[in-house]
Amino acid sequence: MKRFVPLIVFLALAGLFGFGIWWNTWHDPRYVPSPLINKPAPNFALPELDAPAQTVTKASLLGKPYLLNVFGSWCVACAEEHPVLMADGRQLSIELVGYDYKDAPADAKAWLRDNGNPYDVVIADQSGRTAIDFGVYGAPESFLIDAKGVIRYKHIGPLTPRVIARELQPAIAALKREAP
Amino acid sequence: MTPELGQLALVLAFLLAIAQGLLPLLGAWRGNRALMAVARPAAIGQAIFVATAFLILVWAFLHFDFSVRYVADNSNLALPWYYRIAAVWGAHEGSLLLWILILNLWTVALAAFSHRLPDAFAARVMGVMGLVSIGFLAFTLFTSDPFGRLLPMPVDGADLNPVLQDPGMTFHPPVLYMGYVGFSVAFAFSIAALLGGEVEQAWVRWARPWTNAAWGFLTLGIVAGSWWAYAELGWGGWWFWDPVENASFMPWLVGTALIHAQAITEKRGGLRAWTLLLSIFAFSLSLLGTFLVRSGVLTSVHAFASDPRRGVFILIFLTIVVGGSLLLYALRAPKVAGGKPFNVVSRETALLIGNLLLATASAMVLLGTLFPLIGDALHLGRISVGPPYFGLLFPFLMAPVVLLLPFGPFLHWGKADGGVLKQVALRAGIAAAACAIVAAFFVQGQLKAIVGVASAVWIAVGVLLYALRRWRDMPRGRRYPAEMAGMLLAHLGVGVFVVGVLMSEALSVSHDVRLAPGRSAHVGGYDFRFDGVHRTVGPNWYADQGVITVMRHGATVATMRPQKRTYAHDQVQTESAVDAGVFRDLYVALGEPMDANNIGGAWALRLYYKPFVRWIWGGGVLMMLGGFVCAGDRRFRIKRIAAETSASAATASPQESPA
Repeated sequence: MKRFVPLIVFLALAGLFGFGIWWNTWHDPRYVPSPLINKPAPNFALPELDAPAQTVTKASLLGKPYLLNVFGSWCVACAEEHPVLMADGRQLSIELVGYDYKDAPADAKAWLRDNGNPYDVVIADQSGRTAIDFGVYGAPESFLIDAKGVIRYKHIGPLTPRVIARELQPAIAALKREAP
Repeated sequence: MTPELGQLALVLAFLLAIAQGLLPLLGAWRGNRALMAVARPAAIGQAIFVATAFLILVWAFLHFDFSVRYVADNSNLALPWYYRIAAVWGAHEGSLLLWILILNLWTVALAAFSHRLPDAFAARVMGVMGLVSIGFLAFTLFTSDPFGRLLPMPVDGADLNPVLQDPGMTFHPPVLYMGYVGFSVAFAFSIAALLGGEVEQAWVRWARPWTNAAWGFLTLGIVAGSWWAYAELGWGGWWFWDPVENASFMPWLVGTALIHAQAITEKRGGLRAWTLLLSIFAFSLSLLGTFLVRSGVLTSVHAFASDPRRGVFILIFLTIVVGGSLLLYALRAPKVAGGKPFNVVSRETALLIGNLLLATASAMVLLGTLFPLIGDALHLGRISVGPPYFGLLFPFLMAPVVLLLPFGPFLHWGKADGGVLKQVALRAGIAAAACAIVAAFFVQGQLKAIVGVASAVWIAVGVLLYALRRWRDMPRGRRYPAEMAGMLLAHLGVGVFVVGVLMSEALSVSHDVRLAPGRSAHVGGYDFRFDGVHRTVGPNWYADQGVITVMRHGATVATMRPQKRTYAHDQVQTESAVDAGVFRDLYVALGEPMDANNIGGAWALRLYYKPFVRWIWGGGVLMMLGGFVCAGDRRFRIKRIAAETSASAATASPQESPA
């Protein structure tokens, strides 16, 4: 029997590789879990896109969960993501906060006018400084933040119907279950 | 039209591979000489078609045939001709074709030098090589066609990845593949022995020179890769424990164990099953490396564009080849332990310990490499173990190897004389201690460096003592047969390597500085004066080139010109400048300008002083030489003609590999 040990070990490895291929067909192998998951979101205070005099802060959004969606009018993948948000955004039944990233306000406004605005509120981070605290390294990215201001889920890259169904909605459902 | 001919050549090669893979094995099984005789012509025909396909791809690159997608993706009009040739293996499809070409070269060498082997055995070996070739040709034809067309044809191509536009990179993959693929020969010998139920160990002696040569190539390939990483990547490291580096290092570790295990099996008849198993492992790990690089299962700086279809194909192929051979091993491996008995203090014991340590180290590297995957599988998230894991475990496993090394040659087979060993330990120990004490004054008490010196002296003195003894005890002409000279060279190489690693790790100094033109920084006893940056142009890039004058005690030592190159499509690549020396390297990499609009102003620079770093590769080169010298030993040439072979081949036919 001892002579079968190498074979058995190898078959276990082959199983692991098979799993790896299957896993990679719907996970980005470059995906790195954000160190911010289950940590409080960084403090921020950013102007509203439509009313720069109004400031939205982390504190002002506390109390109910929301999805922070990082986008930019310059970003090609965001244009791809946008119709998905327009179609499915409402069905998530949580607040959608648009995070306009490194963008000229006029461009962003025009872009939202042309393509539709799925967001409840849009905040503008023209310099991209706050985004550094969030660990954003490109658009689009999405953060699910709970009522206490803790980041519960993060997705890098465009939200697709598949990602929404398989990852985002279960994460939102988990939040709802926790809520009293 | 020509690219289609290349495709046709690959299809024909595939058909010949099927003939080479199946008919000789069938012939050997049924005792049919006509079928066995198919092996050599089929192998040579296959090699001709593969070489044709390869040359057609080279031609397409040289003539800018951008209607071929692979050419358009990996070259452009500005790329100089030598990099257009290197671009052939610059990405997945072409490097696979190179793999197949090299497999065919080894097979042709086997066909040429195996006339003295028993017919049935030779037929089985060639058959196994054919089976491997079938797998790779099918992989190319069905998932990775290098001759696919691109319509409409672009006016200009993209570019060869700038990282690969370096002399080291033109050289590294072919040599590395020579090593990887070379282990297929030892593998084929083992499978042939298992299939034929060989009772004798003669096949191990036939396999030894091939294994040693393959190991030599693999060593050189790894050294070249490491040197390239050092010179090109711009942060002065020479090994990164990257998955793809590990993929080449695992077969090396197992291969090292294998060449030692083969010595026991050949000379004493022991460890037969272990030798078979190691032959299978060495080649399996080479295949595994191919899988890891191309399936996209692990991320790495080397990753080829990944495609799940390719991953699935290699996984199936891997399962058939490795699973099949391990099943064969389980069913057919010699059941009796065999071999002459040996004492606790004997060469066998020492080699066995070394073997176990090397095999464990290889398993440890495999585990570390697959950790992210295991993490995913167990839903622990993506965990990576980096240099800390390897850096801790590896020295721990290799330290006993270093300790054992000087004794190896002194140990007799069967039962060793303890007195001689004590003498060797005493002499080498005193020398090592003395040198360590002297070194301690020069290295400011850096423990790592002192250990480095001590272990290197320990090994070197052991090697010298043995060389001296052979000189005294043996008559002229019989003192250093190639096998022994090779071993001594390789062991000396280990010593040189160890001192290089530990000294450079302990004593390297690096500084990130910000310098305005005319200002200097003082690093490792040298003054680096920054003389500003200017624009310069190459064949297919422009660069910001810095000029740094290095001075010591007021005298100019070197003028260094690190560059930051911009290739087509704004791909930026650093070219660090290295002033190489036997005892130290000076190394400068250009960072960013302080003001992006004024390259004539201050810049961020990385300055390194790296003592003994060259010894790392020097040790590797010595090891490689050892492998080749050993492979050339006259003893491995088949003199006796086995009973069943025709007596026609009476002239000396060296069974060396093409070193």
